[in-house]
Amino acid sequence: MSESHRRPFSLLPGKLLSGKSAEPSPGRLFWMDFFASPVATLSLVVLIVIVLAAVFAPLIAPQNPYDLSVLDIMDSRQPPGSESSTGMVFLLGSDGAGRDIFSAILYGMRTSLLVGISSGLLGMGMGVTIGLVAAYKGGRVETVIMRIVDLQLSFPTILIALILLSVVGKGVDKIILALVIAQWAYFARAVRAAALAEQRKEYVEAARVLRLSHARILFSHILPNCMPSLIVIGTLQTASAISLEATLSFLGVGLPPTEPSLGLLISNGFESMMSGRYWMSLFPGIALLIIIMAINLVGDQVRTVLNPKGRG
Amino acid sequence: MTLYILRRILQSAFVALAMSMIVFVGLNVVGNPVDILMPADASQQDIADAIARLGLDRPLHEQYFVFLKNALTGNLGISFVNGQSALATVVERLPATLELAVVAMILALVIGIPLGFLAGLRPNSLPAKAIMSSSIVAFSLPTFWIGIVFIMLFAVQLGWLPSGGRGLTRSVFGLELSVLTLDGLKHILLPALTLSLFKIALIIRLTAAGTVEVSGQDYVKFARAKGVRRGRITYVHILKNVILPVMTVSAMEFGNIIAFSVVTETVYSWPGMGKLLIDAIRMVDRPVVVAYLIVCVLIFMILNLIVDIVYSILDPRISLKSESA
Repeated sequence: MSESHRRPFSLLPGKLLSGKSAEPSPGRLFWMDFFASPVATLSLVVLIVIVLAAVFAPLIAPQNPYDLSVLDIMDSRQPPGSESSTGMVFLLGSDGAGRDIFSAILYGMRTSLLVGISSGLLGMGMGVTIGLVAAYKGGRVETVIMRIVDLQLSFPTILIALILLSVVGKGVDKIILALVIAQWAYFARAVRAAALAEQRKEYVEAARVLRLSHARILFSHILPNCMPSLIVIGTLQTASAISLEATLSFLGVGLPPTEPSLGLLISNGFESMMSGRYWMSLFPGIALLIIIMAINLVGDQVRTVLNPKGRG
Repeated sequence: MTLYILRRILQSAFVALAMSMIVFVGLNVVGNPVDILMPADASQQDIADAIARLGLDRPLHEQYFVFLKNALTGNLGISFVNGQSALATVVERLPATLELAVVAMILALVIGIPLGFLAGLRPNSLPAKAIMSSSIVAFSLPTFWIGIVFIMLFAVQLGWLPSGGRGLTRSVFGLELSVLTLDGLKHILLPALTLSLFKIALIIRLTAAGTVEVSGQDYVKFARAKGVRRGRITYVHILKNVILPVMTVSAMEFGNIIAFSVVTETVYSWPGMGKLLIDAIRMVDRPVVVAYLIVCVLIFMILNLIVDIVYSILDPRISLKSESA
């Protein structure tokens, strides 16, 4: 672990030496370094607020934007701040169906985050498993796997996702599938590189001498030591998945209109924008931008903290 | 060298074959184009005729071999929608896309390299920090969203630039180009800038990182100790070694620009092949989707090949023999 350079070399763990824990744990050290950057701290706070807002959207949103019975066509295309026929205020305006944009954004963030996080995690699971196997097995298995990885990485992610979606059609499950397939190779490449370096270390040899099972060596010995780089890539790929999902939905090949995401909201408002009704596209877009930027900034700081060599 | 190139071409051909198979089978598993093409009140006989005419009644592997045989002679099928050769439909749109991509690439290099170089020379200065922070913002902006904001700002609010289309074009050697007319230039500026923003951010980060690394190397210190002028060290000794890797990555990113032009072209109704792809996907126009992919795969492969060969010529430390092993 990268924290080891801070600790004076000793054969006994810090706790035993000093009686009480004078030495901050690696976790605390990590957070202390992380919070050293005000921008990253702010991003993390924003991110937490956004996740909470998305999870509790039904409680916070002034209306359920997809309950047709509460929508009134008379309220359509109201500018921000105007009042609806039921006396509710459209904070960020309303769209062509009389839907409150603020509520729609809250619900849209749910879909966007769900798609981004689940495809990030699944992609990581798939990539990590394949990458670890490649590094551990070596030989022909590794060659074949890495050729596929290289091949896939030579094609732009968006093209792979577009083609997959044109094959399987629209839907939340389908877009997650497309994003996982489009992104797993990044994780596979990273974990293989990290695992190759770890494998040569003595603790792996010791585990082999103990005749531990392959799966156990891979997943409970090598994998934890590859986590720093995986966490970084995981965050950045989640941001990129959210951006890709929005792009694909905007292009009309991602999510069906029944599954509102930020990309769809932006896409729906796009036509009205030409006539000066900017709020339908602009506000969902800003929400999307804040999410992606917050994740990227958090990821960037995690990378800086975990990899002191990268500091300028 | 010849052997290396031959081997690379053969390798690329296998990739193309594999890709064509995956795409062809995939596209045939779902979505029946007949449902979309035929009017709702078409009789059973009409539908059966259409299926037979399009060859959709034959077994899948037979359809694939027919497709492959035709593909080798440049025939990728007839577009279900406009009834013309799918390949011709795609190739016809290629110049518009290439023009957009080239202009975007030039913008990215012209804006990205100086800014990155500046940020890399004095990494702790205020401008450098501003440049690096804005590059993170640019990284986070989805392409389609930049496009929308640009249209909103420059076309709708300010009315300076048109919001879509290609504008007037001038024909050169049979190619219609927008950059040669003032009206065309106005039309290409926004889409090209939109497309290049992400690449500008990427090039800034690459150049800055490269500059920091190169500036600390011994030969730079040596040149300084020798009394070489500061300007010469900066613009000759450092810049030269920073640019090569940036150019390589940029060349490889060119394929990425072509892929992302799908988004930009849709936002700006730029009549390139990216917009064609989206339209074809919506209409389940399989032959055009397949033709687009094949053209794209070919472009990517040629690009990678050129980058590898040019790089080996520029950087004598890389030997082709050891690479091909």
